[in-house]
Amino acid sequence: MKYFHLIWAELMRRKTRTALTLLSIIAAFLLFGLLDGVRESFEQAGNSANGVKRLQTGSRLSFIQPLPMSLNERIAQVPGVKQVTYANWFGGAYQDPHNQIFSFGVADNYLDLYPEMAVSAAHRKAFAATRTGVLVGEGLMKRFNWKVGQKLPLQSTIFTSSDGSKNWSFDIVGTLAATDKKSGGWFDQMILLHWKYFDDSTPYNRGQVGWYVTEVKDASQSDRVAKAIDAISANSDHETKTQTEAAATASWMKQMADIGLIVGSIMGAVFFTLVLLTGNTMAQAVRERTSELAVLKTIGFPDRSVLMLVLAESVLLLLLGGVIGVALADGLGPIVNAGSNGAINVPRIGWHSWSVALMLMVGIGLLVGLLPAIRAMRLNIVDALAGR
Amino acid sequence: MKKFLSFLRGLLIFAALAAGLVAWALAPWPVLLGLAVAFALWMLLTRSGQQAASVAGVGISTLSQRAGSSSVVVIGIAGVVAVLVAMLSMAEGYRETLARTGSDDTAMVLRGASAAEVMSTLDLASINVIEQAPGIARAADGRPLASPETVVAANLPIKGGKPDEDGSVQLRGVGDRAWQVRPQIKIVQGRKFETGKREVVVGSGAQRQFAGMEVGKQIRLGSEQWAVVGIFKAGDATDSEVWADADMVASTYRRGASRNAVIAKLSDAKQFKAFKAALAGDPRLQVDTTTTAEYFAKQSEQMTNVIRIIGIVVGSIMAIGAVFGALNTMFATVATRAREIATLRAIGFRGLPVVVAVMLETMLLALLGGLIGGALAWLIFNGYTASTIAGGVGQLTFDFRVTGELLWSGLKWALAIGFVGGLFPALRAATLPVTSALRAL
Repeated sequence: MKYFHLIWAELMRRKTRTALTLLSIIAAFLLFGLLDGVRESFEQAGNSANGVKRLQTGSRLSFIQPLPMSLNERIAQVPGVKQVTYANWFGGAYQDPHNQIFSFGVADNYLDLYPEMAVSAAHRKAFAATRTGVLVGEGLMKRFNWKVGQKLPLQSTIFTSSDGSKNWSFDIVGTLAATDKKSGGWFDQMILLHWKYFDDSTPYNRGQVGWYVTEVKDASQSDRVAKAIDAISANSDHETKTQTEAAATASWMKQMADIGLIVGSIMGAVFFTLVLLTGNTMAQAVRERTSELAVLKTIGFPDRSVLMLVLAESVLLLLLGGVIGVALADGLGPIVNAGSNGAINVPRIGWHSWSVALMLMVGIGLLVGLLPAIRAMRLNIVDALAGR
Repeated sequence: MKKFLSFLRGLLIFAALAAGLVAWALAPWPVLLGLAVAFALWMLLTRSGQQAASVAGVGISTLSQRAGSSSVVVIGIAGVVAVLVAMLSMAEGYRETLARTGSDDTAMVLRGASAAEVMSTLDLASINVIEQAPGIARAADGRPLASPETVVAANLPIKGGKPDEDGSVQLRGVGDRAWQVRPQIKIVQGRKFETGKREVVVGSGAQRQFAGMEVGKQIRLGSEQWAVVGIFKAGDATDSEVWADADMVASTYRRGASRNAVIAKLSDAKQFKAFKAALAGDPRLQVDTTTTAEYFAKQSEQMTNVIRIIGIVVGSIMAIGAVFGALNTMFATVATRAREIATLRAIGFRGLPVVVAVMLETMLLALLGGLIGGALAWLIFNGYTASTIAGGVGQLTFDFRVTGELLWSGLKWALAIGFVGGLFPALRAATLPVTSALRAL
């Protein structure tokens, strides 16, 4: 660290070039920040502590196939089950059938199983007391400028209401907030309505349930409980499939697209380009400074120190650009989210992404600095000073 | 004051550059071809143009001596173009697959306000009414070419997945008329399923996605075993589906006599309006009627846009990075050739030819990068198969499509990056005082 001023002076020797290199690095790490954020949120989806403790039971035939209500009691009696709730697709859409919104009819105790959704006590009471009440995610409220207390007309793309049309009317009684802002994008975009009201109103449902959610007392018992739940309806005409929420989400995400592969290949291309750009700059910088490095050696700097100086320079450059880039991505994420009206949800950058980014910065810094540094270390003083 | 003026000049150049780039992105190819021809004529016919050509000739002939640093420009731009074209080809392939699926002379009838086939239900009475509507083509035996179909999202094990890992496939229950409504579907292996048996034919896309989809094998759909008896290919989104006898599917999934949709072949695309009006005016029905082309276009709209936006955002950020890389390299090039350029100017070459020469050199490198990037994207991604959930229910398999149009827009990006990356170093080369440049080392 005592040579920091030397390294700094080296960087400032050609301000334009340093600035331009820095900007390339910033661009690369900005991309990294945005993409890794997305990859991370896909990986983390449903993978929370609660996600492991919750089991989802759906029809084995198809995820749109309903299950009989009678399963509720029987699942509740499986040893190891703490509580069970259920929900149903509603298929809500606002104004245009293609403008679909995640909306579920849920049991009264649904919120008990989802501590990730924060609902104030007053709102919860209002929801419990209003038959036609709905809880709306904060993101949705903002997106459509809804207010608590207003009537909310929704179309269902699946179910007709009691009057035979697809038009439903609800009352917004409260808001849902995600307690975890980092991965909570999903809860912000949801509408919950009463399963009971839904079931009473539509002639199509007749007491059926889309899926059950079970909370187990002990996460290590999840597998056994899941098997026990599936055993209830084995060989019936409504066989079930139970898995932890984490596993269910993961397999769903995997079907959406092979995100990891696509993000990975983009990142590969970005870094290949970056390494090349920065490596070239470093090589240039060392070539230009040949005589200066020779002077350093002449006044007694050992070879190893010269090597370290050049390496430190390139690592510093990458760290500088990288930190700015990732910080920029962190700041840009919310703007992208707001701009896309909820279509894209870039999460905040977590410590995991940060640590990967830092490792990459140091690693790439060492990689691109290595060749020039070795070249500098092996400099022959006499030749270098003579300009040969 | 001097500083302020130079700042103002920089700002002006920047504004002109931004405007130029927008015009560049929007210009169709004949305009650009005209520009190129005008530029070539200028080089051939005017004095300063000839000067520019000779200076550029020297620069380009010495490129090989600067291979290391020049390759940075080439590879940097190739990277940008490859990523951009790959992302856009994914959006294009997705859109294409769905766009090819429908046609203007087949109509899809769904229950009112259903966003997708799988969400709709039509009872037997409605189906009978729909089949008698005017405008539907008739088969040789005089029956209307309308196919009531059941669509179910069925769970099947994914190929290469863990034993318990299921994916969702669109299982379509059809009657005998479905084949006539969709003449593009060809059985490529095995045979069609037989009515009344638990037999399925599998689309080639679904075959690639799910395990055990070979002729002669048994798969489990619902709570029953089904025999795979054939593989079909249509070249569109239907390839991701599994087809079976409608009654068997309905009984397995407890659908009774209701169906999800009626697909009708119209005698002529012009009949659609009358057909739609007839259904809308019938008090016994509450249905939405679209042409299948429109239905699938609408289904793909949002996803295509999301992929495209992501591609352009990623491409833009990368392009910015590459511009700085190109700037760096070209500044360095100009710096190493400062003396040479100054000598040229000392013996009477004007600023413009020098600017043009440096620009030409960069654009040439950019062009090379663009070509390499496009070729890479084409080699790696053209025909690359991906899949995603579509239509709310099933895996849709689609191929990346690197079209000529995409390659062209990639090339445009490359040249734009080269232009920006070359402009400022070129201006610097042309405006550096000759005396100080001659002294420079």
